[in-house]
Amino acid sequence: MSGAEKIAVKVTDIVPLNDLVTRFRFERIDGGLLPTFSGGAHTVVEMRDDDTARMNPYSLMSDPMDQRAYTISVRRDDQGRGGSLFMHQKVKVGDEMTISYPVNLFSLDLRARKHLFIAGGIGITPFLAQIKQLERMNGRWELHYTCRTPALGSYVDELTSQHPNEAHIYFDDQDQKIALAHLLDGQPLGTHVYVCGPKGMIDWVRKTAAAEGWPREAIHYEEFLAPQPGQPFEVKLAVSNKVIQVGENESLLEAIERAGVDAPYLCRGGACGQCETQVIDYSGNFIHRDHWLDDAEHASGEKIMPCVSRFEGKTLVLDR
Amino acid sequence: MTIQFNDETFRDDYSFHNSERAIKRFPFPFHEDSYMYSVNMEQHRGGPPDSIYEMRFDVDEHYVSEMRDRAMVLADDPLRCQSLPHMTLAGWDLLELIMVSKSEDYPDLFELHRDGDRWRWVNKPLGIDDSFTFLDEATLPYGPMEYITRQTQGDFCVLDQRDDNLWMDAGMVTTQADWSLDFDIGMNFFEWHAPVPLAHEKGIFVRALKFLLNIQQGTPARRLNWTMTVNPLLDTSPENYHKWGIQKTSLTPENLGAKQHLRVELQTFFRLPRSNAMVFPIRCYLCSFQDLMTVPKWGRRLHRVVRDLPEELATYKGFIDNRPMMLDYLSKFDDGLPTSDGIWPEVETEPALQRA
Repeated sequence: MSGAEKIAVKVTDIVPLNDLVTRFRFERIDGGLLPTFSGGAHTVVEMRDDDTARMNPYSLMSDPMDQRAYTISVRRDDQGRGGSLFMHQKVKVGDEMTISYPVNLFSLDLRARKHLFIAGGIGITPFLAQIKQLERMNGRWELHYTCRTPALGSYVDELTSQHPNEAHIYFDDQDQKIALAHLLDGQPLGTHVYVCGPKGMIDWVRKTAAAEGWPREAIHYEEFLAPQPGQPFEVKLAVSNKVIQVGENESLLEAIERAGVDAPYLCRGGACGQCETQVIDYSGNFIHRDHWLDDAEHASGEKIMPCVSRFEGKTLVLDR
Repeated sequence: MTIQFNDETFRDDYSFHNSERAIKRFPFPFHEDSYMYSVNMEQHRGGPPDSIYEMRFDVDEHYVSEMRDRAMVLADDPLRCQSLPHMTLAGWDLLELIMVSKSEDYPDLFELHRDGDRWRWVNKPLGIDDSFTFLDEATLPYGPMEYITRQTQGDFCVLDQRDDNLWMDAGMVTTQADWSLDFDIGMNFFEWHAPVPLAHEKGIFVRALKFLLNIQQGTPARRLNWTMTVNPLLDTSPENYHKWGIQKTSLTPENLGAKQHLRVELQTFFRLPRSNAMVFPIRCYLCSFQDLMTVPKWGRRLHRVVRDLPEELATYKGFIDNRPMMLDYLSKFDDGLPTSDGIWPEVETEPALQRA
């Protein structure tokens, strides 16, 4: 079976934080303890929405040492394929769900003398767990967090009241901006930078840090992509000898799984590389959206990451 | 399960010995009549009853004596145990993994009592009963990795994961097949494997690293590796090569069956939860040729594997000079009959040796 180990959980609390973000709390159905994890880890939540099955990754934001419950925060995406809408509209306290063991693709570099966190919007969630971990280990950290408005600033109040010296908040509607070059310039040697937020923000931080002479290894980032809807297309799976249809609102990976073919995966967000699949033949255009393959691989027409990437054209044959 | 612990040595008079039970559960590493490198990984979740695969950390009749030997090695050379400063959290992860596993798998030998961060650890075979505060190093006599690996058979490499690579940033290494933690400390996966012949060309290490980086919490993995050792020595380190290397010249046709040992490593891989590091335990099992020959299938197969092994590998594994003498001995246990697939002894179904 593909993916990380599964855990059967019950939803024990749902807290709407603002117009867009709602927090969910999970506890084990059998009453046992959940695995500890490292700050930055995510879990993949399985959603059964009538006959549609979705699996979306969400960063764990609770205290990594608290084994009684996990919490995640879900931002509603009205243009998405419906995973976040399902969480917001259909999931109720008491519901039983399946989540994966924690997987960390965005862990702290524990050699760092200082951890500098840069968050945009819902990108705050992995840092909430990392901050709790560092507080327990007496680690040194600083957070710079941009939100659209005070009303949409998830966890701003608790961050600024608990960590008035470490947490710095910026509101877009008040034209507040991180003075990034200045911020990077003032860091002590041995600082590592972590950025989680929209793609534009990640690119901005990576480019600015590179221009300032920061080593590539000291800049860490995580951007989970949600699979985007798109035109339906047909795929031939050569190994399992099946022809499948990928619907407008499902990913290629989900369509493969729906056909009963066990395909490897881990993050389902274009980052981990597990679902990399060889293309045997094609006639048409790939819509590559992952962070795993490099530009040359995207252009080669030899590989696709079915968790987030799609295809438009006549023929696509995969080695699966 | 009751285990009768041997009182034995792995040096000087070499009183190490395997009971009949230990021979039967020895991890014979060849699943067919030939050998070549492969990424022979499988999930580490149990195995046949009383096999070395059954428990997460196998405890056997050599436990108490192996721990005594480790303490002697460390007394002579404290650099066999090292942990870079950022690896302390991983050390606590390892301590927790081993204490939880052993107390659940061997409740008659080990107990773990937890009340929040207040822990009590009871190790009956070694006569230890310690109370300490989890994540507070000041409450243990050693750092957490050293504390628990002084009580656990096998070497331990604790690997940091960063930049899509694994880094040998901590370890307890006293029962190694001729490599040095002190030399390798701080190296990455490709650096510390640089001396291995043939496997690089086959792309083994690129694939192995990709596999290891993707091992997640809850899904440990395992594989077997092997080499040859003259005399039942645990500490075949480069640091002590001047002591043990010369012993390879002491083999004679008469003493070979007793002195020549097949050395097998059970290598397991666990993701550590709090640090996101990996631990790579390398557990060494030794068995003399004469004990191996009591299993007809193993006698036939070992002869064929040793005979057909590429020269580079026999050189790398350090027995090229002794190979002709080993083959003279082993050929007497190979009657040419076919062998069944797999590593298990199958003493019930495999025919006895057909000629003396």
